[in-house]
Amino acid sequence: MTSNNKLFALIIPVISVFLGLLAGAIIMLLSGYNPIEGYSALWRGAFGDAFTIGETIRRTTPLILTGLAVAFAFRSGLFNIGAEGQVIVGWLAAVWVGLAIEAPMIIHLPLAVLAGALAGGLWGFVPGLLKAKLGVHEVIITIMMNYIALYISNEIIRSVLTDHATKTDQIASSASLASEWLQGLTYYSRIHYGFLIAIFAAVIMWFLIQRTTIGYELKAVGFNQHASKYSGMNVSKNIIISMVIAGGFAGLAGAMEGLGTYGNIHLMSGFTNLGFDGIAVALLGANNAFGVVLAALLFGVLKEGAGEMPTGAGVPTELVDIIIALIIFFVASSYIIRWALLRFKKEGK
Amino acid sequence: MDYVIEMLNIRKEFPGIVANDNINIQLKKGEIHALLGENGAGKSTLMNVLFGLYQPEKGQIRVKGETVKITNPNIANDLGIGMVHQHFMLVEPFTVTQNIILGNEPKTKTGRINIKKAEQEIQELSDRYGLKVDPSAKIKDISVGMQQRVEILKTLYRGAEVLIFDEPTAVLTPQEITELMEIMRSLIKEGKSIILITHKLKEIMEVCDRCTVIRKGKGIGTVDVKNTNVNELASLMVGREVSFETEKKPAQPKDVVLSVKDLKVKDARKVDSVKELNLEVRAGEIVGIAGIDGNGQTELIEAITGLTKSQSGKIMLNNKDITNKTPRKVTESGVGHIPQDRHKYGLVLDYTVGENIVLQTYYQKPYSKNTILNHKEIYQKAEELIEQFDVRTPSAYTPARALSGGNQQKAIIAREVDRSPDLLIAAQPTRGLDVGAIEFIHKKLIEERDKGKAVLLISFELDEILDVSDRIAVMFDGKIVSSVKPEDTNEQELGLLMAGSQTTKAGDSK
Ligand SMILES: Nc1ncnc2c1ncn2[C@@H]1O[C@H](COP(=O)(O)OP(=O)(O)OP(=O)(O)O)[C@@H](O)[C@H]1O
Ligand SMILES: [Mg+2]
Repeated sequence: MTSNNKLFALIIPVISVFLGLLAGAIIMLLSGYNPIEGYSALWRGAFGDAFTIGETIRRTTPLILTGLAVAFAFRSGLFNIGAEGQVIVGWLAAVWVGLAIEAPMIIHLPLAVLAGALAGGLWGFVPGLLKAKLGVHEVIITIMMNYIALYISNEIIRSVLTDHATKTDQIASSASLASEWLQGLTYYSRIHYGFLIAIFAAVIMWFLIQRTTIGYELKAVGFNQHASKYSGMNVSKNIIISMVIAGGFAGLAGAMEGLGTYGNIHLMSGFTNLGFDGIAVALLGANNAFGVVLAALLFGVLKEGAGEMPTGAGVPTELVDIIIALIIFFVASSYIIRWALLRFKKEGK
Repeated sequence: MDYVIEMLNIRKEFPGIVANDNINIQLKKGEIHALLGENGAGKSTLMNVLFGLYQPEKGQIRVKGETVKITNPNIANDLGIGMVHQHFMLVEPFTVTQNIILGNEPKTKTGRINIKKAEQEIQELSDRYGLKVDPSAKIKDISVGMQQRVEILKTLYRGAEVLIFDEPTAVLTPQEITELMEIMRSLIKEGKSIILITHKLKEIMEVCDRCTVIRKGKGIGTVDVKNTNVNELASLMVGREVSFETEKKPAQPKDVVLSVKDLKVKDARKVDSVKELNLEVRAGEIVGIAGIDGNGQTELIEAITGLTKSQSGKIMLNNKDITNKTPRKVTESGVGHIPQDRHKYGLVLDYTVGENIVLQTYYQKPYSKNTILNHKEIYQKAEELIEQFDVRTPSAYTPARALSGGNQQKAIIAREVDRSPDLLIAAQPTRGLDVGAIEFIHKKLIEERDKGKAVLLISFELDEILDVSDRIAVMFDGKIVSSVKPEDTNEQELGLLMAGSQTTKAGDSK
C-alpha cells in the first residue's frame, strides 16, 4: 500500500499535466487553432533563447516560495490561504529596508531578505496564534489578512515611503539581488540571484520536515492532535510555528519581487496572485518540497511561454490559464485517475 | 448440505505479506460461525474480502451455491451480506433513523424523505430482534453498545441475511456482551446466519455452532464447538499450549509511587466525574481498578497523565507534585501510559511503526541530537521491539494504519513497557488481543512489577482484574469505594461492589 501510494503521488501529477496539455490541444483544435503551432510557440516563449530562459527562471522563483508556504502549512494540517498577503508584506518590508538603510551589501542584502521573511512570518503568526489559542479557523483569518496586507501596504507606499507616488524609488544597489552577470548572460532579462534562495528554501523545507524533530512534531500535529498531545507535544506551539515558517517562505517570495525583479514596490490595485498560484503549485507538487520546485517550474514555463502564443501562433494567452486550470482540476480529481489506474492494473493481470 | 456462503481458496496479498493464503470457510444457514485466529492472522482481511472492500488475488466466493464477484460493499448488500465493523461508521449528530436510511432513503410521493415510515420500520425491526433502540435518539447521545445495535439494525434494514461481526464484544461491557449474545440468538431464530470474529474463547463456547481457525494467514480447519473446549481452541489457534493461569509470586509492595489525594476532575461536558478520589499505588504492586465504564476511570487517568486539568486535589509521583503538569513533564517524571483509545491517543496512524515507537522519546538521544533525527537509531530500536514483543508487521517502515488491530496494540505496549517507567498505567491493555498475546502482556506487566515498578491497571474485564492485580480498587461514581485482595473476592462480589452496593466485606483489606 505504501509503495503504491508513493508511486501514485508521483504518477498523478504527471498524468494530470499530460491530460491538461492534451485537453488544451483539443480546445485549440476546436477553436480553429493549430495546437502544434500553439505549443511550439509556448515552448519558444519559455525556452526560445537566453532571454526567455532568464525570464522563465525569474517567474518561477517566487512561485517556488509561495508553493512552499502553502505546502509547509499543509504538512501540519493547516490551510494557508494567506500566502498572498504574506507576499505583499514581505515585499514591502524588504523594499523598505532596501530604501531606508545604508550599509555594505554583505549586511544590507541579507538584512533586507530577512526583513521580508520576518514580515511574512508575522503575517503567518497572527492566524497561527488565533487558531492555536481561540480555535478560529485559519482559512478565514488568512483570507482577511490578505486584504489587510494589501490595503496597509498601499497606504504605507502612498503616505510613508513616498509622497503620494504610485511607486517607491529604486532600492539601494547594496540591497539588490539583481546580477549584471546573469543579466548579461540572458540579454538583459530580469533574472536575479533569488532563484538560489528559492532552491535553498526548498532544501530547508525538506530538511526540516524529514530530518528534524521540528518536522516530526509538525507532521504529527497535522495527522493526529490527540496523539500529539498524549506524546507531550505542545500542539498550540506547533500550529504557530508552522504558520510562522510558512509565512516566512511567502515573505521571501515578496522579497524576491522587491529586491530582484522590480527593485521597488508599487501601489497594487489587486492581489499579485503569487500567493494564490502557490496553492495550485503546492497541490500539484503534492506538498513535497521538490515536487513544489518542479510544479513551480512548470507554472513558470506555462505562464512565461504564454506570452509568445498570440504573436507566434495567434492563440490567445488565456488558453494557458485554461490549461493550468485543467491541470489543477485533474490533480484535484486524482481519485478518478487512481481508480482508472487500479482498474487498468486489474485488467492487465 | 446447503451453505449460504462459501469462500474457497481465498488468497489476498499485501505488500510484503500474504494475509490470506488459500483459506476456506463455509457458512451454514442458521448457524453462528466463529472465525478465530491470532492478531494479524487475517480475519478482518478475509471478511473485508467477503464484504467487497478488498479484491482477492485468487479464490471463489459462492452465495447460496452461486459463484459471485463482490467488487464493492453495495454488491455485498444486494447479496444480503451485512457487516458490523469494529469501528462504527455513524454520523454523530444524526438520529438513529437518519443514520440507518442514509444512502437508502424511502421517499414520499412528492419526493421528500419519508422519515415517519422509516422510523416505524426501524421500530418494528428493533422490537422483532429485541434491540431496544430508540429510532429518534441522536447517535452522540447513546452508549457504545447502543451504537453497535444501530449498526446491526442498519444491516437488517438493508435486508441482510448474513451478518458479519468483527470483534463486536471488544468495546462492550460484560452486561452489554450478554445482551449481544441474546440478540445474536434471536437473529438466528429468524433465519439469519452469522460470522463472528472474537478473541474471547468463552464467547465462542457459549454461542457458536462451529469455529474456523486460521493461523498466520493459513486455514487450520473447522471444528464443531460441541466437541471441543477452550484449551483445544487456543492451541489450534496459537499452535502451542496456552496457559490461562497467570503465574506470579506474591507481591512485595515497597514505597508509595503514586498517591492521589482528594482528586476532583470534571469530564468533557464539565460534569464532576472524579469526586474526591484517594488512591495509592506502591512500587512492586499491581493495583487493578474495577468499575463499570463511565464511573470516572477515563478522567482519572487523564488527570494523572496531564491530558485533563484537575479541579482540586493532589497527585504525587515519588513524592513529587505532578498535579496539572503537562503530559511531557508527567512522562519525563516517570509515567508510562497505555491509552484506552489506541487510535485516538496511542498512535499516529499515518506514521510508520518506527516513528510511533519513539513518540515520546524522539527529542532525546540517541533518537535525535540538536533536533536532527537519527533514523538509523529510531528504526534499530523499532526492529528490536518488534522482535521482542512479536509485533507482526511487514517491517518497521510500514505505516501503523496497515497493522492489524491487535498488532497496533502490541506496538503501543512495546513502546510504553520498554521505557520501564516508575508508574505504568495500563488502560484496557489487552482489548482486542488474542489469548497468546494476552498471556504475554500479562507476563510483561508482572515483570515490571517484579522489577519494582508500580502498575495501575484499568480494565472492564473482571477476569483480567482478578488474575493480574495484587490489589483491587473498586471505582464507583467517581470514588474508590472499596479495596479488596483478589484472593478474598470473586466476580459476583466485585460485580455488586461495582454497582455501588455497600457489602460488609468491603474495605476489609487495606
Ligand atoms: N491495508 C493493508 N495494507 C497492508 N497490510 C495489511 C493491510 N490490512 C492488513 N494488513 C496485514 O495483513 C495481515 C492480516 O491483518 P488482519 O487485519 O486481517 O488481521 P486480524 O486477523 O484481523 O488481526 P486482529 O485480531 O489483530 O484484528 C496483518 O499482517 C496486517 O499487517
Ligand atoms: Mg481484525
